[in-house]
Amino acid sequence: MTDTDPACSIETKALTKKFGAFCALDHLDLQIPHQCIFGLLGPNGAGKSTIIKILTTLLDATSGSASVAGFDVASQAIEVRRRIGYVPQMLSADGALTATENLVLSASLYGLRGAEREARIHEALAFSGLESVASHLVKTYSGGMIRRLEIAQATMHRPEVLFLDEPTIGLDPVARRTVWERLLELKASTGMTILLTTHDMEEADYLCDQLAILHQGRLAVVGSPTDLKRRLGPEASLSDVFVAHSGVVLEQGGHYREVRETRGTAQRLG
Amino acid sequence: MKTFVYATVAVAQAEILKLMRDPTELLSRAIQPLLWLAVFGQVFSKVRGIPTGNLSYLDFMAPGILAQSILFSAIFYGIAIIWERDLGIVHKLLVTPAPRTALVLGKAVAAGLRGLVQAVVVYLVALGLNVGIRWDLWAMVSVALAVFLGSCIFATFSLVIACVVKTRERFMGIGQVLTMPLFFASNAIYPIELMPGWLKAIAIVNPLTYLVDALRDTMIVGGHGMYPLAMSFGVMTAVFLLLLAIASRLYPGLIR
Repeated sequence: MTDTDPACSIETKALTKKFGAFCALDHLDLQIPHQCIFGLLGPNGAGKSTIIKILTTLLDATSGSASVAGFDVASQAIEVRRRIGYVPQMLSADGALTATENLVLSASLYGLRGAEREARIHEALAFSGLESVASHLVKTYSGGMIRRLEIAQATMHRPEVLFLDEPTIGLDPVARRTVWERLLELKASTGMTILLTTHDMEEADYLCDQLAILHQGRLAVVGSPTDLKRRLGPEASLSDVFVAHSGVVLEQGGHYREVRETRGTAQRLG
Repeated sequence: MKTFVYATVAVAQAEILKLMRDPTELLSRAIQPLLWLAVFGQVFSKVRGIPTGNLSYLDFMAPGILAQSILFSAIFYGIAIIWERDLGIVHKLLVTPAPRTALVLGKAVAAGLRGLVQAVVVYLVALGLNVGIRWDLWAMVSVALAVFLGSCIFATFSLVIACVVKTRERFMGIGQVLTMPLFFASNAIYPIELMPGWLKAIAIVNPLTYLVDALRDTMIVGGHGMYPLAMSFGVMTAVFLLLLAIASRLYPGLIR
């Protein structure tokens, strides 16, 4: 275990990531308490996906430190991986496999075996509401079903922290609401800490206990949705808060690769 | 160790399930060996310009065509890995505590099993053309091992290329550039002794040469390899282990 705040599931200290001359994260200090749904907001290119990639051990930081569930992401990566679940923005469930086969693969990679694995798969199918279609290929599923399956895959090993990168992108309102309900249910039943990125203000307002708005790799503001709105004015919406703190101008639309990935995901889900 | 084995088996199992659901690729890959053996092989048998010892030219080239079929199929394995990266599947695999080497080995094992299915297809074609195939158990097991190992080598090599070039467009270019030189700079369709010195030097460091040599030794009645069988298998194993180590190191970089 590292020297971290015991009240926090996630902590970063002066976390910095540079890609050549571009600084994606600039000395970021962030504390996310246990059992919190924490939302990261920000325009494309603000550093949201970069911070998730570092915290999930997919990317090395240039400098600074980060810990998840009490373990350093750089020096104790395996311990971190044992304690996290991750739902990428892209569709990560394998369309050429059934839901059960996708769950078997995830369970096996997390070291679940035998009767325990079978029980967790059963549990995951029930949680995602996919029992009746468990033997169907995932490519025949709707976007909402795939997202529910992915959340079940990412949580079947009972992680302490769950990361979701734009979990409801491309989903219709009903599917989006179902995903929200599943996440709230997870938090209530397991006490899991959830870190998600989103562009959806309604989602952030509905789901998140705490929010941070990133702007050019720095934290522009942190607080609860209610608090952030109150600070801006009595009639302020979360969109107003976002515009006020993210410094978005019309010319900024994110990098080509991010926009391509986002549109690709939305197209496949749609 | 148990974790490593379970993770490898889990990845390989998922790949095999996908292969079983869509065998069209395997069938389409059968066309090329059929053409090489039935057209090229039969015509060149008449020419008698290539010294093949006591073997007919068709018998001589059949192991080479099996090796070629494995190379051509496995060398494009990296495309699937890039596709999986674009879908987010690689991201999900990499956040699990499973050892990276197990993730790569699982893919290689699946490619090895796919190679065995291709070998059956080439055997059927060869049978139809009266190629003198050895059916004894030792020969069959040796061929199966060589095919498995050869597929693992070229699939892992392909994964290494995918991790370096990172895009499908670049990969297709590199894949096309690599396959034919690997094939022609080997003993697949002519003996190494016929090659000029510079080509012989390339052929000796080309793993395809050792695969063909092992197959020629074990697949064909009266066939003899240039190298002892143990040496061919030793070289192939060493090459595979080296590629596995490189691929395991590079695989996480695919998503950056």
